[in-house]
Amino acid sequence: MTVQTTTSAVLELRNVTKTYRVKQGLFGKAKPLTAVNDVSLSLPRGEVLGLVGESGCGKSTLAKILLGLEAPSMGQVMVDGQEITAQDRLSLARRIQPIFQDPYSSLNPRKSIFDIVSLPLRVHGIGDKAHWDTEVRRILDIVGLPARVMNTFPSQMSGGQRQRVAIARALIMKPEIVICDEPTSALDVSVQSQILNLLGDLRSEFGLTYLFISHDLAVVEHLATRVAVMYLGRIVEESDVAGLFDDARHPYTQALLKSVLTPEPGLGVPDTQLGMAYPNPIDPPSGCQFHPRCPMAGAHCKSVAPRSVPTSHGHVECHLHDPDSPMYDAKVA
Amino acid sequence: MVDTSTTDSLLREITGPTPGQMLRKRVFGHQGLLFGGIVLAILLFIAIFAPLLAPHDPYAQSLMTRMQPPVFLGGDWEHPLGTDHLGRDYLSRLIYGARVSLMIGAVAALISGVIGTAMGVAAGYFGGRVDMVVTFLINVRLAMPVVLVALAVVAILGGSLQVVIVVLGLLLWDRFAVVMRASTLQVRGREYVAAARAIGASTPRVILSEIMPNIANNLIVVVTLEMAHAILLEAALSFLGLGVQPPTPSWGLMVSEGKNMMLFEPWMVLIPGAVLFLLVLAINLMGDGLRDVTAPENRS
Repeated sequence: MTVQTTTSAVLELRNVTKTYRVKQGLFGKAKPLTAVNDVSLSLPRGEVLGLVGESGCGKSTLAKILLGLEAPSMGQVMVDGQEITAQDRLSLARRIQPIFQDPYSSLNPRKSIFDIVSLPLRVHGIGDKAHWDTEVRRILDIVGLPARVMNTFPSQMSGGQRQRVAIARALIMKPEIVICDEPTSALDVSVQSQILNLLGDLRSEFGLTYLFISHDLAVVEHLATRVAVMYLGRIVEESDVAGLFDDARHPYTQALLKSVLTPEPGLGVPDTQLGMAYPNPIDPPSGCQFHPRCPMAGAHCKSVAPRSVPTSHGHVECHLHDPDSPMYDAKVA
Repeated sequence: MVDTSTTDSLLREITGPTPGQMLRKRVFGHQGLLFGGIVLAILLFIAIFAPLLAPHDPYAQSLMTRMQPPVFLGGDWEHPLGTDHLGRDYLSRLIYGARVSLMIGAVAALISGVIGTAMGVAAGYFGGRVDMVVTFLINVRLAMPVVLVALAVVAILGGSLQVVIVVLGLLLWDRFAVVMRASTLQVRGREYVAAARAIGASTPRVILSEIMPNIANNLIVVVTLEMAHAILLEAALSFLGLGVQPPTPSWGLMVSEGKNMMLFEPWMVLIPGAVLFLLVLAINLMGDGLRDVTAPENRS
């Protein structure tokens, strides 16, 4: 494993694995499901790491682990060099805050906007009612909402406004890291760009570090500085954003890039050549887990799992790029 | 010096009506809720001030004036709703009977509500083994017929108001547990619960402040159903002679005592029956109304 242990990394994951036990029927034996498999990532302060992958690849499980909602089965998550399991829930919450995917489900419909946004202050016992009021007004102004929404309820707001409320709630405690779990995928396209620009502005204003989870590479390209590609719980390629979009190494990354829809009419849905459906994570393929869908897979890929090899702009887990692998020469084809 | 009233109204204009003001507006626009609430409030008032309102002592017998008809069937104003087979004033017994019915409905629903909600919410929120145990207990409880168990217990312990209340309270929690478990399961997967936990909120806080408000409207409906259920069960038990014991005035007991004369003096059954019907209807209307008024989707 190549892990750069830099002192500037505000968030670091070391060999994080999360295994669930899935029961098969009433009398079946429980089988392990590895949702996150040996993930190592480091996120320098002020950067935006885009985490991309299909539905079910383990992105959201990883987000839950980072938020302390789930404990990793193995490995460590370090925030500012401190392991998160060693920190209590409140101090972790001050550092890492989430923005969830669906603003229709992430805001309690019974609470007024003031109650929702001030909840972190109330839970942490910061200030009194007057202080909450000024803080909520201040943060609503920052995320671009008028103060009069304080007494309204989420059901009276649009999707974009709700997502602004969710952002306000995440930022009111001035966290260092924000985990954005597909913050725009539930929104209209016109609103998506507003929210993305807001997130970008807030990042430079407050020096935030984002982990930006998405299945949409176009969104990631807009905001991220680094990108990690996840497949069946593993990070198959990690790279800076320019390197990934110009010179993707892993066949899966290449297929994902091809799948980005272009606004040009007549092109139809792009053919990614991925063929068969996403494999069952309870029963993952042998060797390289991507081999059943890989257009360049050889016999070696079916039996031996690839190791992580450094590239000019990151690292990749693929036999085609491993000089010690018999598949190394096949990539020219 | 700034005029505070103008700044207040200015602020009001900027922030719009407060949640309380909007709730008040919805409450007064709901006819079922208003009707149920008013009827229930009147019955509650009558029950509380029964000694001041009752024209006669509900226990005083007068064998000379037995079975006098009510005023609308040719009786006199001395006994506006007539007298029963022992010459006791029917209106006074009805007024005191409201105490028994409301007390049984409220306390039995409260006891079973606390038991059932705690079990259901714990099962739904924690899942796993807790859920298995609670589901087993619910199934055990559902396998026992309420009326039979209540009859057996009352037969052993003897009928009294306290025994009936406790027995019904310990028997009627099943619907609370089933409904609260399902509602909690539905709500706890929402992202606002995950957000509250990520903010650092403790488990009691998440349950009380994030989950409970979202399942409270289901709870209100079950409370009213079970209140009505308990009141009817008390009437049934009293009718069978195993509930509240004479001479305590109870509406179920009045129906029971009147049933021998039903063919000749049908009002002796109809009057307590109608009041019982009115009370149960008012409770159900109010429950429906409260659910409508507090549901988030009706807010706009």
